[in-house]
Amino acid sequence: MKTIILLSVLGIVAMMADIFKYRAVLWYLVLAGIGAAVGLELLEWNQNMPYYGMLLMDNYAVAFSCIILGLLFVWFLVSRDSYTGQEFNDADHYALILFSSVGALLMVSFVDLSLMFLGIEILSIPLYILAGSRKKDLSSNESSLKYFLMGSFTTGILLFGITLVYGATGTFHIERIASAIGNSTMPVYFYTGIALLVVGFGFKVSAVPFHFWTPDVYQGAPTFITAYMSTIVKTAGFAGFYRLFSTSFSNARMPELMEGTTWSILVIVLIVLTIVIGNLIAAYQTNAKRMLAYSGVAQAGYMLMAVLVSQVEDNTKSSLMLYMASYGLATLAAFTVLYYVQKSKGSDEFEAFTSLGKTNPLLAAVLTISMLSLAGIPPTAGFFAKFYLFTSVLKANPSLLWLVGVAIFGSLVSVYYYFKLIISMYGSDEKSTAEVPTNMAYQFILVAIVLIILFLGIQPGLITNLANL
Amino acid sequence: MENLFSNTLDGYLFLASLLFAIGVLGILIRRNIIIIFMCVELMLSAVNLLLTAFSVHHNDPNGQVFVFFIMAVAAAEITIGLAILVMIYRNTGSVSIDSLKKLKW
Repeated sequence: MKTIILLSVLGIVAMMADIFKYRAVLWYLVLAGIGAAVGLELLEWNQNMPYYGMLLMDNYAVAFSCIILGLLFVWFLVSRDSYTGQEFNDADHYALILFSSVGALLMVSFVDLSLMFLGIEILSIPLYILAGSRKKDLSSNESSLKYFLMGSFTTGILLFGITLVYGATGTFHIERIASAIGNSTMPVYFYTGIALLVVGFGFKVSAVPFHFWTPDVYQGAPTFITAYMSTIVKTAGFAGFYRLFSTSFSNARMPELMEGTTWSILVIVLIVLTIVIGNLIAAYQTNAKRMLAYSGVAQAGYMLMAVLVSQVEDNTKSSLMLYMASYGLATLAAFTVLYYVQKSKGSDEFEAFTSLGKTNPLLAAVLTISMLSLAGIPPTAGFFAKFYLFTSVLKANPSLLWLVGVAIFGSLVSVYYYFKLIISMYGSDEKSTAEVPTNMAYQFILVAIVLIILFLGIQPGLITNLANL
Repeated sequence: MENLFSNTLDGYLFLASLLFAIGVLGILIRRNIIIIFMCVELMLSAVNLLLTAFSVHHNDPNGQVFVFFIMAVAAAEITIGLAILVMIYRNTGSVSIDSLKKLKW
């Protein structure tokens, strides 16, 4: 709660930077503010503090808030270069990003569906603006409009789902919904409501078949906004999805129809489609930014597995956290390298990366390790994230072995397209021998991110031990 | 038809679903961005109607308070949408979504 207030105030401070002329120090101010926010968040650990029946700062919320704030901190570190130029007004951008992350924090700590709705909206509305922040660039415009239309359409679907659930249970409080379900039979529209919520969240976390907006939006938006959308927004979306479904609908059954919870079959269909189609389409991409977008779609399939078994196995929480942290860090590092390549060569196709291994060995190494982590190759964090996720699925329900098989098949396909990028970097080409200019400080930050990825790979317990929440 | 509306709540459920479906269909088939915005509003209005009906049915004010939240958020959202539309109109001179087809897989 204090963190949410602090971040909102920080956003207002960022907005005022132009009026009171402290834009030069704004970046440091924001970083210090986020650092303080992490500190305040940690104070709430083990407190289980409820706030007026709307927010509950349990350890789940605290841990996810810390992951979001950590990713936000890294985002501000790496994105500075693109905002110090004349193209953007950094104060406005920082304000919008901070407001949007307030929404992300609400989405991980809500206990009332109205707060969940507000969180999603606070998260999305600034992003519609940010996606279109290159006003003269037609693809940025298109990305912004597509994101807006899909976002508001999804909001409608989510709201209809919330309304139907409210109609059947008479409450918006997620725990009271669970107790209202109890063992009583629910009207049919209750299950329609759950299905609509699954569809709405499917759109938000870009699961196939609700993914079609993702590549377009990700490709058209400015690179660092894309990085923000594919890390922090995705983390918040999954945290909200998991929180709602594991608390409220863990015993939503239609006994006459099937065993298990009614929505799990829907989620299984989403997982299989997302993993298979996401990975296969990603393999055909020739544009690195679009490939990363499809990789994000495919990764959403693995993350959905945590939601699927949430009601049985308690430590899926920590698997999801580890997955989010490793995916977020690797994606942020990859987008940063992409940004520099794009800036100096004017293209984000795979060819632009040719001979990066010779001209900028450090950038190439960073990109290689983040790709390895995304593909799930040991000893990176991505491997252990996948490993823990799959084992917790099997522990929860051994009959889901075939699903884990599909997921492993998907990871094998993903190795192909991640390595395509790595190979094109270390291939040589006489034409592109110019070095991509980077700054010492950013190289240092990138190395630090890679070290964290490797460290999480050696010590995954650091996050998975949070399981005993 | 007599049976369908014997329970008043079912009538609201039916009407709201119909409005919602019209909104969804409109978003899917219309090409004019302004009409699409109107269809989004129609979807949200259907939700508001149903929420109010359920709220009265359960004798619980929370549902009606939620309606105010939705109205406020919808206003904010449509403001952003119109701003995006103005930006696009300046660049393309058109308010049809067919003018935007730069990004494709």
